[in-house]
Amino acid sequence: MADQNEKPEAIMELDGLDPEAVKADLLRVYPIKVARKRSKQIVVNDVGHCDEVPVISANARTIPGLIGQRGCCYAGCKGVVLGPTRDIVNITHGPIGCGFYSWLTRRNQTDPDASEDRHNFITYCFSTDMQEEEIIFGGERKLRKAIQEAYDNFKPKAIAVFATCPVGLIGDDIHSVCREMKGKLGINIFGFSCEGYKGVSQSAGHHIANNQIFKHVVGLDDTVQKGNYKVNLLGEYNIGGDAFEIDRIFEKCGISIVATYSGNSSIDAFANSHTADLNLIMCHRSINYVAEMMEKKYGLPWIKINFIGAEATAGSLRKIAKYFGDQKLIDRVEEVIAEEMPEVEKACKEIRPRTEGKKAMLFVGGSRAHHYQALFNELGMKVLSAGYEFAHRDDYEGRKVMSSIKVDADSRNIEELEVSADPNQYSPRKSSEELKKLEEQGVTFSDYEGMMPTMKNGTLIIDDISQFETDAMIEILKPDIFCAGIKEKYSVQKHGIPLKQLHSYDYGGPYAGFKGAVNFYKEIDRMVNSKVWGYMKAPWEKNPELTATYAWD
Amino acid sequence: MRKIAIYGKGGIGKSTTTQNTVAGLAEMGAKVMVVGCDPKADSTRLLLGGLAQRTVLDTLREEGEDVELLDVRKTGFGGILCTESGGPEPGVGCAGRGIITSINLLEQLGAYAESEKLDYVFYDVLGDVVCGGFAMPIREGKAQEIYIVVSGEMMAMYAANNICKGIVKFAEAGGVRLGGLICNSRKVDNEQEMIKALAEKLGTQMIHFVPRDNVVQRAEINRKTVIDYEPGHEQADEYRMLAKKIAENEKRVIPKPLAIEELEKLLIDYGIAA
Repeated sequence: MADQNEKPEAIMELDGLDPEAVKADLLRVYPIKVARKRSKQIVVNDVGHCDEVPVISANARTIPGLIGQRGCCYAGCKGVVLGPTRDIVNITHGPIGCGFYSWLTRRNQTDPDASEDRHNFITYCFSTDMQEEEIIFGGERKLRKAIQEAYDNFKPKAIAVFATCPVGLIGDDIHSVCREMKGKLGINIFGFSCEGYKGVSQSAGHHIANNQIFKHVVGLDDTVQKGNYKVNLLGEYNIGGDAFEIDRIFEKCGISIVATYSGNSSIDAFANSHTADLNLIMCHRSINYVAEMMEKKYGLPWIKINFIGAEATAGSLRKIAKYFGDQKLIDRVEEVIAEEMPEVEKACKEIRPRTEGKKAMLFVGGSRAHHYQALFNELGMKVLSAGYEFAHRDDYEGRKVMSSIKVDADSRNIEELEVSADPNQYSPRKSSEELKKLEEQGVTFSDYEGMMPTMKNGTLIIDDISQFETDAMIEILKPDIFCAGIKEKYSVQKHGIPLKQLHSYDYGGPYAGFKGAVNFYKEIDRMVNSKVWGYMKAPWEKNPELTATYAWD
Repeated sequence: MRKIAIYGKGGIGKSTTTQNTVAGLAEMGAKVMVVGCDPKADSTRLLLGGLAQRTVLDTLREEGEDVELLDVRKTGFGGILCTESGGPEPGVGCAGRGIITSINLLEQLGAYAESEKLDYVFYDVLGDVVCGGFAMPIREGKAQEIYIVVSGEMMAMYAANNICKGIVKFAEAGGVRLGGLICNSRKVDNEQEMIKALAEKLGTQMIHFVPRDNVVQRAEINRKTVIDYEPGHEQADEYRMLAKKIAENEKRVIPKPLAIEELEKLLIDYGIAA
C-alpha cells in the first residue's frame, strides 16, 4: 500500500505533510498546560525494532473545557457490557434519564429463540425513576420494590442493579438490598457500584462490570456442554448482528461457543462459561479482566483474535484451529476460508478501484479504531490518524507495557479482585510444554500487540480526541471518511465529510466475519463516493450576507 | 422582616436558645416564624408543647403535589408560627438536599409573603454545616443575619470559628452578616471573658451571656420555654434581654475567622494558662 515504510530512515510523512507540524497545529491554540498534556496524548507513530512504539498518555482525565467523546462509568457498565444480555432484568437505580439514554442505543441484537424460556428483556427499560423524595429519604425502599415488581412481572433468572451518580452521593447500599432480595426471591440478584462519576471514562464501568459478573455469575454451573472445540467469545457485543455472523462461521467450522460476552448472551451461558477450553478476546479493553481472572481461577487461556476484516477473520480462525491442534479442525477451517473468501474477494475486486487511496480517520472505542483499519486496508484505503475514546496505554502500545503503566488515583478507585486457582474447578487446559510449543508456532497467549505497531509510521495517534482537534484534523488532512459515534456525526458531516458510526453502525451491519466484510466494503464505497455531504452548503456559505425584512415591514 | 439563622456546634443548645429567644420576641409583640432545619425535627417542640409537628418533607412525601401552607405550619406559644423541615433517618438519603427542598417549598407556598406580616424568621440549623444543604438558610435571599451559639468549651469555639469561615464565603456572594455570638454558658473558667475576646478577634460581639440554670431543663421536660413555664424566673429575664438585644442589634459584620494557632492561643491565655 503506502510506501513510506520502505525506507525506515525516511522523513516522517503524513499524506504529504509533516506530522509534527500537523501536531503543532493542533496544539497551537491551547494554553501552555493544556498543550503540554495534550502533546503526550497526540503522538506521531514510529514503529521501531521489535515493534517498539513511542509512549502515549491514555486513560487520563479529560481536560475541562475540551469537548471530548467520552461517556461515564455507568454507561460503560450498564450500557456497554451488561446491556446486551437478554435475560437479565437490568434495573437502573437512579433518575429516569440515565436508564433511558443508555437503552438500546448501541443496536445490540439478540436471539431470544436461542434460550428455552425465550426471555428477552432488552426491549424494556427498567429504572427506579428516582425522584427528589428518594434523594432525601434514601432510595433503598424504592429499589426493593422495583426488584419485587420486576420479579413479579417477568420471573427472570436474574436481576442486576446499576448505581447512578446520586445513589453514590446519598449512599444507598444497593449490594445489601440485592443480597436481601436474592435471599427472598431465590434468583440471582447482584449490584454494580458504577456511579457515573467514577474513573475518567466508561472504561471504569467495564472493569466494574467484569468484576461483578465474575464474582456473582461465572462458575455457577459446571455442566460441560457437548462440542469438540469450546470457546468463549469475549468483548463481542453483537452490534448490527456481528456475533450472528461469527456464530455462523464457527458453526461451519465446528467450533462451539459456550458464552459470548455479551452480545446475544444469556446469564446461563455466563454461569457456564468457565467450562470452555479457550477464551477469545475481541475487545481487549472492555473485557480483558474477565479473561485474566478466568485463566487464574479455572485454567483456560486466552488469545486475542479479531473478526473485523476478512483476512483478520481467516487469521483468527487459523489461530483457534492451531490452539486445538486437531488436524480435522485445521483442515475444516481451511475449507471454510476457501469457501467464504471468493465472495469477499469478488466484492473487494469490484469495489477497491473506487476506494483505493482514499483517506480514513477513526476515533472510536477501545478496540474498534484498531480493528476497522483491517477493513480499510482491504479496500486499499489509507488510515491517516486514529485514536481511542477510553482505551489504556496497552491498547495502543501493546500489553508488553502494562507493567510500566502508572496506576493513578482514578484507577485505584476501581476494585481489583484478588483471584486464585479454584481448588475444585481449576484445570489447566494445556500443559506448560504444550503452551510453549504453541507459542513457538506463533500462537501468542495473553497478549495484545496494540494498535500502534500495526499502523504506518508518520500517522497521528490521538487519544481522547477533542472536538477542536476533530475539526482541525478534517480541515488539515481532508479525509474521505471519518469514523466515530453519534455525538461527532453531524458536526463532521457539516464539513462535507461522511461519518460512519462504529458504535452503532448507523443502520447497517453486520461488519464482522466474511459476510460482514462485504457489507462494510459496500457501505464505505457508497459513503466515500456519493459525496452527498460535500454537495450541501449552508446558506451562509452560499451567500454570506443574509438580508431579511420584518414581517410588519 | 428580619431573617435570622442560628448556627453552632451540635448539642450546644441552639434549639433551646432559639425557642426561648423567639418566645421573648413574641412577648414583645413581634410576629415570628421558626423554620427548623434539623432532620430530627425538634426545633419547635418547646413552642408547640411537644413533637406535634408534621414535617414539610413528610407532608410532601405523603400528600404529593397537593401541599398547603397550613399542612406544614402550626401556631405555637405567643402566636409563633412553627415549621419543621424534617428529613431522613440517620444514615440514609440526603438531609442537606431535604433542607433545600423544604425551604424552596415554604417559599413556593408563600410562607415568607408580605401578607404574612412577619417581623422575624428564625432558622434553627443542624450543628455542623456538613454539606451544601445546611448552608441553604444563608444563601442569597434567605437569612441575612447569623448568630452563633457558643460556649467556653474548646470544640464549641472551633465550630464557631469554622462557621465564620462559611459565613465569609456566603457574605461575599450573598450579603449574609454575622450579628454576634451568644454564649450559652457551660460554666467553664473565664468563659465570659474568653468568648468576649473571641468575638472581638472575629470582629463581632458577644451579644449576650446566658448563664446556666436548671430551670431550662425543667421547662424542657415540661415541653415549654422558660418564659412560658416560669415567666417570673430570672432566667426568663435573661432570654428577654437576649431577645431585646437582637431586636436592637445593628452591628452586623463579615467575620474574620482565626487561624488555628490564634484560636489555640486564646484558649491557653484564658483557659488552661489562666
